[in-house]
Amino acid sequence: MGSGDSFAVEAADLSKRFGRFTAVDAVSFLVPRGTIFGLLGANGAGKSTIIRMLCGLLRSSSGTATVAGFDINRQSEQVKQNIGYMSQRFSLYLDLTVRENIRFFGGIYGLSREEVGRRLDWVLEMAGLRQRLDDLTSELSGGWRQRLALGCAILHSPRIIFLDEPTAGVDPVSRREFWELINELAAGGTTVLITTHYLDEAEYANRILLIHSGRIVAQGTPGELKNSVLHGPTLEVSCSRCIEALKRLQSQPWVRQTAVFGSTLHVRPLASLGLEETRRRIRELLSDPLFELRGVESIFPSLEDVFIQLIERQDSASESGAEGPS
Amino acid sequence: MIRRIYAIAKKEFRQIYRDIRSLAVLLLLPIFLLVMFGYAISLDVRHIPIAVYDAQNSAESRRLVDEFNHSEYFDLRYHLSDVREIDALLDRGRIRAALVIPRDFSRLMLRDRSCEVQVLLDGSNSTSAQTALGYIEAVILNYCSGLTDRELLRFAGVQVTVPVDYRPRVWYNPELHSSVFLVPGLVTFIMLISAVISTALSIVREKERGTMEQILVSPIRPAELIVGKTIPYVIISLAVSFGVLAVSHLLFGVTVKGSYPVLFLVILLFLLSCLGMGILISTLTQSQHMAFTLSALLTILPAFILSGFVFPIRNMPVVIQAITYLFPGRFFLAALRSVIIKGTGLASFWKEALALVAFGAVTLTFSILRMKPGPRGRRK
Repeated sequence: MGSGDSFAVEAADLSKRFGRFTAVDAVSFLVPRGTIFGLLGANGAGKSTIIRMLCGLLRSSSGTATVAGFDINRQSEQVKQNIGYMSQRFSLYLDLTVRENIRFFGGIYGLSREEVGRRLDWVLEMAGLRQRLDDLTSELSGGWRQRLALGCAILHSPRIIFLDEPTAGVDPVSRREFWELINELAAGGTTVLITTHYLDEAEYANRILLIHSGRIVAQGTPGELKNSVLHGPTLEVSCSRCIEALKRLQSQPWVRQTAVFGSTLHVRPLASLGLEETRRRIRELLSDPLFELRGVESIFPSLEDVFIQLIERQDSASESGAEGPS
Repeated sequence: MIRRIYAIAKKEFRQIYRDIRSLAVLLLLPIFLLVMFGYAISLDVRHIPIAVYDAQNSAESRRLVDEFNHSEYFDLRYHLSDVREIDALLDRGRIRAALVIPRDFSRLMLRDRSCEVQVLLDGSNSTSAQTALGYIEAVILNYCSGLTDRELLRFAGVQVTVPVDYRPRVWYNPELHSSVFLVPGLVTFIMLISAVISTALSIVREKERGTMEQILVSPIRPAELIVGKTIPYVIISLAVSFGVLAVSHLLFGVTVKGSYPVLFLVILLFLLSCLGMGILISTLTQSQHMAFTLSALLTILPAFILSGFVFPIRNMPVVIQAITYLFPGRFFLAALRSVIIKGTGLASFWKEALALVAFGAVTLTFSILRMKPGPRGRRK
């Protein structure tokens, strides 16, 4: 292990360009050891590209990074020995059984027969796959496959695991179970770097990096982000005809930000307005029985609110002349 | 290192075994092709249906007719009594050739020692007509030489040498069986197709399904991956090629004149270049469809046209001849024919063997380099 013992990943000005398109633009961040580190962003924000560079699947265009203390460009062998990776797409062999998949990945990581046997037991226990040992992987449902993929990615007990959208397309119950597994791993000292575009999931992470258009928009703990980015209250408006209500709210000068959350609206007023005054104005505005206004509640802002806020700030900044940083 | 290669090879075997239909194609298609081609592409001309109009019907003329009768190359279908019948028989394709023996055949023969017989030939297929003509000449020549010796002895009591005694001797394949000539070509063709296409597909499939990425993040080296991936196909292709040889022995009576270790070595060298080609194709393409098209294009056509399988390379224009050097099939076929037909050792085709080694080395090295993520790494 090289320098920087306390950080599992150190990225400095990491960039990736594909032709004239910049997918990742001078990204710098530190991932403390043993934490769950969430990379958040919309599809195409550059999350996967960052992970793929850190795993040695892509070469960075410029900038450097170390993973487990090893340089990603010059010591990719050592990096690979120390990481586990689970890709966005399910990437085990569907025509092999659970056991054969596990043995195969044990083999390409160079584990001995005994080691594979031991880890096989552990993975089966962790993923609850013991009954399905000799089933073809193609017969497993989404949640099982995903746990098997995680098991295969950590067979060789890596110190850092990279999970690229591991929960995409998996049902909510399986997602929650999956996060429990991840929490257990982190509790055991493994560093977990995970990307997701489900903002509600990001609340599970210890630290978060928000990415938009290949750039870091904000980083911190979920709590820090909520406090530092959002000033003033967030109100949840339950009503009918949401779109119409939304338009009406947006036209008000005292409304700073609005968003649709399922069947409710989130409204953030100017900070100076105060909670009670905002609530009164919303009630007045949506007094028409058409809206069937059910409630205006002050809520604890979710990360999604933070994200929307940050993206809007970022986009308006780049529109007002600043043609990207140099 | 061995462990990682072993893991890859074992997995590959499992997948091949589990996909039983592809395995069947891999094993049975070559045999099927062999039987198809072996019977269809026969350049031999045998059992040519002929008719004879023997105007004289003497002892001498009957002996000439007998010569044709005894030859397996001809089937004497008709003894004609009217020379005009020939036209109709040729028109309807009942016969491919006709022999007309003149009324004064034996008289001219004995007096002038020379006499003309007429041969009428269906020239609609120029190749087989040419061959048939050759056989007819041979039969007549054979008759003449026998005749000369015997007649001269009878009349003059002295042995006279015929001015030119033309006795061709064909080496290696004395009966000029085209199956002997074609089997090495077929082995080449079959191995090119099965080895190149199956390896190319096996790697591109992993790319398409995303499993390649999972392998590439492991500490496995590109060389280990490639070796592990190719081992199963080397073994299967070896089995297939010896299967093809066994079947061609059973069906066409083709035997290997040379030594089996040399044969094995030649096939192995060729396999390496085939696999190199397959892997190279797989690194250049992103979908199974594309890989299949490209490998079919680079194997089937060259195997037929540019390897010397059907068309002799030395008859090609110089430019085309130069192009044939880019395909390993040409070297392998030359070497294979040497071993199987001539029974010669490595000394006679070391150049070809070297070319195969070079081809394999270049393609494999290039593929290994392509597999490493470069500065212009692909997106997903």
